[in-house]
Amino acid sequence: MEHYAVAIAVTAGIYALMALGMNVIWGMAGLINLGLVGFFAVGAYVSGLLALRLGTPIPVAMAAGAAAASAFGVAVALITVRLRGDYLAIVTLGFAETLRIVMSNELWIANGTDGLSGIPGPFRGALPPHLFNFFYLGLVVAAVVVLFFLVDRLAHAPFGRVLRAIRDDEQIAQVAGKNVVLFKVKAFGFGTAALGLAGAFYGHFTSYIAPDLFAPLLTLYIKLSLLAGGLGNSMGAVLGAVLVVFFLESTRFVVPLIGGISAVQGAALRELMISVVLLVILRFYAKGLMPERLEHPALPDEAAAAPAQV
Amino acid sequence: MILGLASPEAVPDLDPMDVLQLILNGLMAGTILAVPAIGLTAMFAVLRFTNFALASHMTIGAFAGFIANVSLGWPVAAALLAAFMVAGLVGLATDELVLKPFRASGFITTAIGSIALTIALENCVRFTFGNELRGYDLPIRRDWNWGGLHVGPQQVQNLLIAVIAMSLLFAFLSFTRTGKAMRAVADNPVLAAIKGVNADMVARLTSFVGMGLAGLGGMLIGLDTTIDPLIGFKTILSIFAAAVVGGLGSLPGAVVGALVVGVGEELSLLVLSPAYRSAVGFLAILLVLTLRPRGILGARAY
Repeated sequence: MEHYAVAIAVTAGIYALMALGMNVIWGMAGLINLGLVGFFAVGAYVSGLLALRLGTPIPVAMAAGAAAASAFGVAVALITVRLRGDYLAIVTLGFAETLRIVMSNELWIANGTDGLSGIPGPFRGALPPHLFNFFYLGLVVAAVVVLFFLVDRLAHAPFGRVLRAIRDDEQIAQVAGKNVVLFKVKAFGFGTAALGLAGAFYGHFTSYIAPDLFAPLLTLYIKLSLLAGGLGNSMGAVLGAVLVVFFLESTRFVVPLIGGISAVQGAALRELMISVVLLVILRFYAKGLMPERLEHPALPDEAAAAPAQV
Repeated sequence: MILGLASPEAVPDLDPMDVLQLILNGLMAGTILAVPAIGLTAMFAVLRFTNFALASHMTIGAFAGFIANVSLGWPVAAALLAAFMVAGLVGLATDELVLKPFRASGFITTAIGSIALTIALENCVRFTFGNELRGYDLPIRRDWNWGGLHVGPQQVQNLLIAVIAMSLLFAFLSFTRTGKAMRAVADNPVLAAIKGVNADMVARLTSFVGMGLAGLGGMLIGLDTTIDPLIGFKTILSIFAAAVVGGLGSLPGAVVGALVVGVGEELSLLVLSPAYRSAVGFLAILLVLTLRPRGILGARAY
């Protein structure tokens, strides 16, 4: 049970990393990314392959994974960022699907659908399994804390303010002399780096990755995290990720309680529950538990001054 | 095999007949692809958002047709009508209840909402039918041989049905008052409202017809192979490619785009393994967005 709890906590940490990354892309810059899982997979594969095949030290491999995901992110953003948001949505979704097809069929890269096993973890051999899990949890929590402060710093820096200005009214930001395209590409590159880092953390923890693990559902989980916690708010992103992992795991226990359904039906019911919860939150609680605060040095805090008017 | 490239000895010397056969297959596949692509692009033109729920409505249509054809024993043509009606009605209901409220809060919310909706509906189908592959009840007939080119009678029938469905739609949009109202809203919603066009009615009709075409397309694609709950999601990339290549929002563009993507996917078999079929669609999207974002017949992409 303790084993399970620690593994769940690591998953929550990895989700929090992704939620923080998506918070920059979606919450701050107002860009859509429906292929989140693709960038996550790039991070996991690049880092795993480097460590496994070339014996690259794990921290270097993870950094390379994040960098590779970011490079893909920048490329995708460069192609679509001048166009309507719908195109970014289609291209990101297509990117994740195409990557899954390539990784399933190109056996020489990472064994295709059989997946890549035996990815080394830091001190996995030196530590007994339960201590390794605790140690890894420490690493993930540390990464979440660092990224949290980075994103939080970014949100209050001029860079973050410009991003929010672009999100709220692109034309005004442009008129104010901001290079909107450059800011968007940078935000997308930063966010996808975080997604890639999360993927690298995932691969080195589970030691096994395969194309099927990177299904579009994961994209929904992270959207759910952000929405539950409060879009545009870093604290909310982390809190939302923890809540979502807790919710996902609890559906694992609820579904078997319903008698007389097959395993496939159980899995379908779980996915159905998750997507319906997302729809309900999106519809009725889109502000989340911790709404983004609109701070201004001179004006009073809007959220405090006019709580009813949102 | 590197990046799915067939080894050189697999394509010794290109037989022109093989290429012709591939082009013919591509044109037939493209005509069927055009049906859901028109649905997608019509919804984009009138409702002004990319409806990712198209995937699950294709699945719903394919399974509605399966019930009609296999469980109730209806002929294929009647089952196709059932696929259109059921998917259209589900599309009308889900748009009214789920997606419409999202449209007010911006396109990201709507896009995510439509993805969540598609996963929810797909899992309803999976819950009922399971994951196994199913096939329609079709008479087994020998392929026709036209001077070396092979064509299946079922393929020709599917092709004719797709062409009839599209002709009916174009006639409806060109000659009826309601059809003209739909085009007016797509063209300029403000002006259409001033002229007294009921935008809500047009939106509902578009959802019904768009998702109906998705369902029809889902069954037409299933007739060629097998169906499972993922049939919609597996083909959605090709459909998006068709709509984007032709120009998102342009109905004739969707037809042209679907033919281009259909032929492109078939010709890719000369150099790529069949697993990369939908990757070819993605490549087409990237190419068009880089070179000519508004597509072949589209108006604008900004």
